[in-house]
Amino acid sequence: MTKQKLNNARRSPLAAILVILAGLLVSGGGYAVASSAVTSSTTAQTSQVAIDAGKKLFLANCASCHGSNAEGANMGPSLIGVGAASVDFQVGTGRMPGQASGPQLMKKPVQFTEEQTAQLAAYVASLAPGPAIPSEEWVGEAAVAAGNSSKGGELFRINCAMCHNAVGAGGALTDGKFAPRLEGVEAKHIYEAMVIGPQNMPVFNDANLTPEDKRDIISYLKYVENNPSAGGEELGGLGPVAEGLFVWIFVLGGIVVITIWLGAKSN
Amino acid sequence: MSDKSKSLAKAEDAEHDYSAGLAVVAPDAVKDPGMEPHRVRMTDKSEAHEKRAARQVAALFLFSIVSSAFALYAYFAFPIVEGSNASIRDNTLFLGLGAALGMLAIGIGAVHWAKTLMPDAEVSEARHQTRGSEETRARAIEIIDLANKESGFSRRKLIRRSLYGALAFFPLPGLIVFADLGPNPGDSLKHTMWKKGTRLTRDPDGKPIKASDVTIGSVFHVIPEGLAELEHHKLEEKAKAAVLLVRVDPAILKESAERRDWSYDGIVAYSKICTHVGCPVALYEQQTHHLLCPCHQSTFDLTDACKVLFGPASRPLPQLPIAVDAEGYLVAQDDFNEPVGPSFWERSVNE
Repeated sequence: MTKQKLNNARRSPLAAILVILAGLLVSGGGYAVASSAVTSSTTAQTSQVAIDAGKKLFLANCASCHGSNAEGANMGPSLIGVGAASVDFQVGTGRMPGQASGPQLMKKPVQFTEEQTAQLAAYVASLAPGPAIPSEEWVGEAAVAAGNSSKGGELFRINCAMCHNAVGAGGALTDGKFAPRLEGVEAKHIYEAMVIGPQNMPVFNDANLTPEDKRDIISYLKYVENNPSAGGEELGGLGPVAEGLFVWIFVLGGIVVITIWLGAKSN
Repeated sequence: MSDKSKSLAKAEDAEHDYSAGLAVVAPDAVKDPGMEPHRVRMTDKSEAHEKRAARQVAALFLFSIVSSAFALYAYFAFPIVEGSNASIRDNTLFLGLGAALGMLAIGIGAVHWAKTLMPDAEVSEARHQTRGSEETRARAIEIIDLANKESGFSRRKLIRRSLYGALAFFPLPGLIVFADLGPNPGDSLKHTMWKKGTRLTRDPDGKPIKASDVTIGSVFHVIPEGLAELEHHKLEEKAKAAVLLVRVDPAILKESAERRDWSYDGIVAYSKICTHVGCPVALYEQQTHHLLCPCHQSTFDLTDACKVLFGPASRPLPQLPIAVDAEGYLVAQDDFNEPVGPSFWERSVNE
């Protein structure tokens, strides 16, 4: 009896639809964005104690690639003159120490405490003058909230959006490199990246984008992050690729299901 | 027509003596499988099922009423508040959802009604001949002949030919309006706003750029001086004149003899308009010195006269020759020496 029922159920036109739907749901399944919330303070330690502690950390963790005097070697570039901003960005986002060579060094869990990062930054900054960690005046929460996000949006579209996407969703470059997603990135790190031009990112110095411009760009990114899209579900902000995929799978899938139902005879 | 096919056609349809629109009648064509055996529906077998189906159809129509009413309600319940993107989203989402479900439920209900409750006896309809009967055809010819005779169309040559002439000329005024579709581009595709001494300025504010501002690894998005103040055709001019300014280590620049003085101490300026289909090429990789076009992945080598490394672009990006004026600002030496952007008819190097 139950077997008979099962057979009937299997033959039902609805069964085919259900199988298709199940397949579509599994294959087009959701994805989760895991943003590592990295917090750190911007208090800079510049005392000799910090520099000495930073040197010890440097010799233990960085010197194998960057040379024992940070002069650079085959594996890593010279760090003389890269400044505290560079250290704070690379170490503070977990990109350094590098894990493996590849097209691009990836963001990963931060390896050092805030204090250790500050000590490393103090040491590298002591080698030669370089960009400093931005002050609260430009990257503090109040400063970012007061920035002109509309002007920042224009500057972002002119200078950044071609790689990072119009809403900072990131995008592909050549040979496996990519411009990362900017959602959830600390204001300080966005500012530092513009100043230092890490990896394949170009430099945007203060003559190009003034500190006010940089703050406005951060304001824009935070505005986009904190305000819902007027268009509803953003599908990752990736534009026609994600939206086209959605339409192909779910809308065309739905039309196929309706067509099958229209043509099927009633039981 | 062969005898065989004739007989086949006859066998199929005794009423007609020729095949119905078939160019080739294959004698071994697939046999008509006939009608599928009729399957009795549950709604025909049991009254309970029939009643349930009727209730389902009615429920769908009622759901449609509820949805449409919800759409009306949503228009007022989720008003568009100025300055709030979320309110626009909610308004359009709920209004649209209600209206769409209202229509969809009517459609689903109607189909469900037809499938479960309306008669489901299979019927086959014979295909009709497209050719009229002999009498109809003869009568049609008769009418045309009569019209010809009465109007004198064949007889009155002057009238007929002047009518032909009139018919040939009347579409011409329609064609001439196409000439108004737009002014001829002239040589505007071959020139940009750049000329000798034009300062390179920042996009969008038009602030001039000093050579010392451009540190190694820097990228500036550049417009010609005066573009920001243009009142007419600003976007057209920008679309042609947009330039990307980059400074690299002068030692890695591979410069031909004729372009040696086109750069300034490692600072090079290239058109941002892709030579493939004109997208802005602005994805500069600081370490590889590749310029990538986001549309079709054309890749240009900035250190080697922007020659194409990969992708569908067929020409290098045009280079803007630059120099430094007395005040230290970057200026153009001249316009590009070739048209920027994609190929077009009549494109040639205008040197």
